[in-house]
Amino acid sequence: MYDHLVVTVLLGWPIIAAAALWLAPERLAKHLALAAGVVEFAISLPLWWRFVPAGGMQFEATRPWIAAWGINYHVGVDGISLFMVLLTTFLVPLSILGSYHYITKRERGFYANLLVLTTGMIGVFVALDLFLFYVMWEVMLIPMYFIIGIWGGERRLYAAIKFFIYTMFGSLLMLVAILGLYFAAAARTGTYSFDYAFLLANVGSLGTAGWWFFGAFFLAFAIKVPMFPFHTWLPDAHVEAPTAGSVILAGILLKMGTYGFLRFALPFFPAVALHPTVQAIIVVLSLTGIIYGGLVAMVQPDVKKLVAYSSVSHLGFVMLGIWALTLQSVQGALLVMINHGLSTGALFFLVGMLYERRHSRMIEAYGGIAKVVPLLATVLTIVSLSSIGLPGTNGFVGEFLILIGAFRTYPVAAGIATTGVIVAAAYLLWALQRVIFNQLDKSENEKLPDLSLRELVVLAPILAAIFWIGIYPKPILSRMEPAAQHLIDQVKPAPPTAIR
Amino acid sequence: MNLDLSITRELLLALLPEIVLTGWAMVLLIVVAWRHKTVGDLRLTGALTLAAFATTGVAVWWLWWNATTTQGISPMVAVDDFRYVADWLFLAAAGLTVLVSFDYLEREQLLVPEYYLLIVFATLGMMLMAGGGDLIVIFLGLELMSVAVYVLAGIDRKRAKAAEAALKYFLLGAFASAFLLYGIALIYGATGTTNLALIGVQVSSLGLQSNVLLLLGLGLLLVGFAFKVAAVPFHMWAPDVYDGAPTPITGYMATAVKAAAFAALARVLVVAFSGTAAWHGIVVALSVVTMIAGNLVALAQRSLKRMLAYSSVAHAGYLLVAVSVGNAQGTAAVLFYLVAYGLTSVAAFALLAAKGKGGESDVQIDDLAGLATTRPWLAFALAVCMLSLLGFPGTAGFIGKWYILGAAVAGGKGWLAALLVLTSVISAGYYLPVIMAMYMRSAPFAEAHAGMRVGRLGRLALAVCIAAVLYFGVRPNRLLALAQTSGATLTPALGAAALPPGN
Repeated sequence: MYDHLVVTVLLGWPIIAAAALWLAPERLAKHLALAAGVVEFAISLPLWWRFVPAGGMQFEATRPWIAAWGINYHVGVDGISLFMVLLTTFLVPLSILGSYHYITKRERGFYANLLVLTTGMIGVFVALDLFLFYVMWEVMLIPMYFIIGIWGGERRLYAAIKFFIYTMFGSLLMLVAILGLYFAAAARTGTYSFDYAFLLANVGSLGTAGWWFFGAFFLAFAIKVPMFPFHTWLPDAHVEAPTAGSVILAGILLKMGTYGFLRFALPFFPAVALHPTVQAIIVVLSLTGIIYGGLVAMVQPDVKKLVAYSSVSHLGFVMLGIWALTLQSVQGALLVMINHGLSTGALFFLVGMLYERRHSRMIEAYGGIAKVVPLLATVLTIVSLSSIGLPGTNGFVGEFLILIGAFRTYPVAAGIATTGVIVAAAYLLWALQRVIFNQLDKSENEKLPDLSLRELVVLAPILAAIFWIGIYPKPILSRMEPAAQHLIDQVKPAPPTAIR
Repeated sequence: MNLDLSITRELLLALLPEIVLTGWAMVLLIVVAWRHKTVGDLRLTGALTLAAFATTGVAVWWLWWNATTTQGISPMVAVDDFRYVADWLFLAAAGLTVLVSFDYLEREQLLVPEYYLLIVFATLGMMLMAGGGDLIVIFLGLELMSVAVYVLAGIDRKRAKAAEAALKYFLLGAFASAFLLYGIALIYGATGTTNLALIGVQVSSLGLQSNVLLLLGLGLLLVGFAFKVAAVPFHMWAPDVYDGAPTPITGYMATAVKAAAFAALARVLVVAFSGTAAWHGIVVALSVVTMIAGNLVALAQRSLKRMLAYSSVAHAGYLLVAVSVGNAQGTAAVLFYLVAYGLTSVAAFALLAAKGKGGESDVQIDDLAGLATTRPWLAFALAVCMLSLLGFPGTAGFIGKWYILGAAVAGGKGWLAALLVLTSVISAGYYLPVIMAMYMRSAPFAEAHAGMRVGRLGRLALAVCIAAVLYFGVRPNRLLALAQTSGATLTPALGAAALPPGN
């Protein structure tokens, strides 16, 4: 019973809650939204225990939707999507709780959008029908667009439309590619279906068309990740979005791009993806992202922008890990996807909390606040260290796995990527020094209140997860291993050529 | 039911919907002649018009329900599902326009009940266009529609802009009609017939595929239709006319007139010219320039009405993509898209009509600022319209666009599909600012939207449109099936129809 319904309930519940929120009085909105988010998390939690690592696709549900075109409502969870779903349901209630003081106008609308966004995000991760996937991929744009555009900072209109148009540009081309796959499979089998497994088994060798289709998928996902030259929407969107928006954007939305590569771009087009030229391009772009993102982060005067650029760097690691296609590197990539959601999410929460106190995101506005807000400073230090990848925290495990895994495929690239870790240490520690250490030389900073109980409740679960993954990641790794291995077997018939 | 159209009684049966509507038109003429002074007269005429459309819809339904077919010679009127679905579309668009017009006419003090009568005549013309099995019938239908719409565009005689719109539309429309007629004449010269099915037969049996006379005629025919659907470069009239006409009529032109022209175009091209490859390239070229130019120019508009006018040019480009595929799937995509676009457009123009007041001051996009806080439902409705026009999932516009893309990719025109989606990314640049203004900016002053009023009937029309747009966006199954079966009834006449004796 649970296994068949859970995904559908996870998708439906936030929508119902959002509708109910619309009817509720304004002052109750945030409490109701929080309750809905907690319930959503509670529903998703048994997934963790009931999931069978070697069981392939699980918790599946299928219903015909638009039969004339072979479109089904088909959802399911495997070792790749499980953690993305759990990360989503984990971060959403925290984001709601974290917005209690930040959002002061049109609260109902804000929380309703956040809940609809939840459905869209989970939908992207569980969709096993390409039509459904595309619908969810786009549907999630609207609430995010509103969250940035209504509750964002000063340049919110610009950031919102940029975010929207960039994403839409990529995804519409993906739409044409999806149709191309659909008709290619239909031409071979005579059956019209958008089903993921059916298409995967039946598209056959696409020849030149495969290159175009891969290009379209690549563009859609690379913009979302974002990979190096397509990343310019990200700093704007992050900086202008309200705290919850940034957390969700960094924590989950960016993972949709890397998830898309794992789920679609690689399995559908192994020949193209492993072509030496494509490999070279992706590895170079990933490395550029890692180093460039880090260097740009280093010179940002705005903390939020710094964290935003650090995302470009972290996601570069993920892309490198995915394309290296060894068991360690893919597992590492999946783990970094989770870690980045936790650490960067926490960083955005902390930046938001600082902003609520001081109404500035500039590094120069702070200095020496460790004496005033010791608790906040401690948490910020821990989270920064986990983002850098200090052993004992989650960041270390993920990046280390990627580096050893990638070393077997791309030794030189792995070597260069290692410097990215050093760059990360440089920009985060330097920023940390300027924000919480140094001299307490600004009088405005002398009376800042420390973390409240509510803020602690937001941060504590993330801290717990950071240490848990850092010290004992085995339960997670063992759950994702069969899925990662399956992906590698799907994609890689022969050992890939190394890039020298 | 199998009708033999050489028997008068059965011919009349096949024309039942048109006859019913003509009868109503006569009744309305008499009513309007007697009573054309007060608001009450206006309402009476409007109510009768709605009744006329409803009964005609039932007549169409009756033919459809009896699965009417024809036998014997190729008829002047087509009796197929394509015609019925197109008829319903015209009737629905006209009915919704009438519902929206009640408040509008009273607010603008346009006490001319003939307004409704003209809509009836225009709709009759459209039905003949979609149902014409002969170029002459199609031409007559087109003229009947056009003349009525020329007058409707200028019905607000007090305003110079309306007069300009009407005159411009009339002069350019007359040119286009002349092109069309000359094209028909040349086609007649080449094939010796104006019957669509027989043209198809003649082209294949006499090997006229590259006959200069025929191609010239076809080219002129395409020019005439391109003018009516406002395809670039024959779109010059559209923005000015759309801008000057009363807003509900603009909505009517953007949906029903366009739909009629597309229905006739699809029928002519599929039935008569399937064997003539030349038009594919022309339609593809038209669609490419229409999509690009329509979207780019719309991007530069600040006035909402002009923006919608240019966006309707862009949508004509998308529809031309489906037409260019030239098979049953393409035709079905045209029908579905027309329904989706029609519902959305009527609603969008109705909202625009509600916002603009006092002699049609043109509404800028910025004037909508803060609408969401004071009028949440109207803002929601307009946002749904914009997303549907953009082709966003969850709305009928998305399914329509998906259908066109599918038809194009299946027809081996993947690059055209890619161009379509790229140009729709441009369209996000002008649809989104509307949503942005309504939701993300605050009203310039407290009473900014106080004058925005939608009457009960207008609200009904809006609710129907928005509900349908959302419903068909999620559950398009029934409508898809209808579009598919009726699109398939348009079959190329390649030696299929029997030649009349002595030819």
